[in-house]
Amino acid sequence: MTIGGFGALAFLACLLAPLVGSTTIHLSRVFDRSIPFADNVDAQIFFVARLPRVLAAALVGSGLAVAGVVFQALLRNPLASPDTLGVSAGAALGAMLAITFHADFSLLSVSAVPLASFAGSLGALAIVYGLSAARRRGQSTMVLLLAGVTLTALLSAVVRFVQYLADFTETFQTVRWLMGSLDVAGYGPILAAAVPMAVAFVGFATLPRVLDLMSLGTEAAAARGVDVTRAERVALVSASLSTGAAVSLGGPVAFVGIIVPHLVRLIVGADHRLVLPASALFGAAFLIGCDLVARTALAPVELPVGIVTAIIGGPFFLWLLFRKA
Amino acid sequence: MSDAVLEAVGVSFAYERHGRLVLDSASLTVKPRTILGLLGPNGSGKTTLLRLIAGTLVPLSGRVTLDGADVRRLSRRDLARQIAVVPQETHTTFDFTVLDIVLMGRYPHLGAFELEGAADVAIAREALAATGTAELAARPFATLSGGEKQRVVIASALAQASSILLLDEPTASLDLGYQIEIATLLTRLNRDRGTTMVISTHDLNLAAALCSEVVLLRQGQVLARGATADVLTAAHVRTLYGVDADVQFHPRAGHVTVVPIARSV
Repeated sequence: MTIGGFGALAFLACLLAPLVGSTTIHLSRVFDRSIPFADNVDAQIFFVARLPRVLAAALVGSGLAVAGVVFQALLRNPLASPDTLGVSAGAALGAMLAITFHADFSLLSVSAVPLASFAGSLGALAIVYGLSAARRRGQSTMVLLLAGVTLTALLSAVVRFVQYLADFTETFQTVRWLMGSLDVAGYGPILAAAVPMAVAFVGFATLPRVLDLMSLGTEAAAARGVDVTRAERVALVSASLSTGAAVSLGGPVAFVGIIVPHLVRLIVGADHRLVLPASALFGAAFLIGCDLVARTALAPVELPVGIVTAIIGGPFFLWLLFRKA
Repeated sequence: MSDAVLEAVGVSFAYERHGRLVLDSASLTVKPRTILGLLGPNGSGKTTLLRLIAGTLVPLSGRVTLDGADVRRLSRRDLARQIAVVPQETHTTFDFTVLDIVLMGRYPHLGAFELEGAADVAIAREALAATGTAELAARPFATLSGGEKQRVVIASALAQASSILLLDEPTASLDLGYQIEIATLLTRLNRDRGTTMVISTHDLNLAAALCSEVVLLRQGQVLARGATADVLTAAHVRTLYGVDADVQFHPRAGHVTVVPIARSV
């Protein structure tokens, strides 16, 4: 029932968000089958101009939120997220290099910048995963989180170094990208991101029980029958894929991976059978909402969505946290 | 030999390659439906031996057998269906309820995409009732007292429906009242359900009260093993802990008791 509520919220967000914008359109006209698509301006605006962006927001929001859930449970630390594990920084560096060096290649209609950011996030996660695999028994997961924070600092320094060397136009472009933007052109990039995301979600589907147990500690999980090494591998690879796909599509949108899982846990409790699907759905609705604010608040000027997620998300999170305490 | 349900034969273990041996060809035998005590000073290898028996660590040499079969041949799931573990302390990262925690014991009985059904919930509730924690079911685990937490974790182990229970210092951080409560619970589970147990503990009197046999560990080696009354002697207490103690049969308690007097010189 709770999941149904979150599902309805996400669906309504996808349906209603495209109605809002500089030109007002009506839902009844959008779905009016009696007008041919070529003549139906409302439908054209809905399906061609606005829906891709809304779907991109949904995909990015889901991917980051679920990755956050998985990282937090796996590392047994509420601060773990794509932002704190160096993943977003890796993605940023990848995109940064592509923009600065005018990389000009594409794959399956995905252009160089998202591809490079995808590679960057996977690279950063490979480092984190390597560290976790090499982690000796008895060392706490805190070490892994510290390594992630250090990696973030290191990669951010490289990003700033490249930025320092770049010319003004390139710097503007990269800063804009780093703040996160969901301004996608058409459905191509969305499909390209949806494929790795789908693979990741199949992995996530095996995890709810495992994540519950892993959050009690690897030894407790093993004693209850979890194959810990295999579970960690599935979880980290799935979370890497979904983060990489999300960041390649929308940039390193801040806060979603850490805030959505906690909000969802405050509502549905700790059980990952609920937390995982609810975070995927709420993450989608949350980012669609934030993007709606980003493109309407100061219209015709458009805000980077990452600023909105942080400005809306931060205080809301604090309010929920202290309301409960 | 034939009556052993669980057996460790000459197991050795080190946490680092070429590092110090935490266990040095230690052996123990657990008879079905009995409670075995694992005694020894800090760092003597008690917890490591429990991990080896539970199969969460693999011995460098020697082997652990369950009903005669090497535990390494069993999958984690199969092992968990037969052996449950109660760690010294359990921390939850998230706000799990007591029922959530107990239901986690059902994991080895579920398929990869399967979720718990009514039967699993019934088993969990029965486990809660057996440990006197039924009224706590809806409470957040983190808000419980130490004794309540320990009983809930034992309930989770019971929900696992395994016939062997390994407990690592189950009363270590509990006050006297809770210590007696846990001891009574374990005695009852052993008597009513025939649960086989291996308990590591620093509490010699708890071991004397609960265990029919004990194994004494010293620097990773077995110093002595056998019936509690034979092994738990003043001489062994001195060797193990460097403590001069009075060990006497206590008529009211119905078992030997250990009263430490002074550090021996």
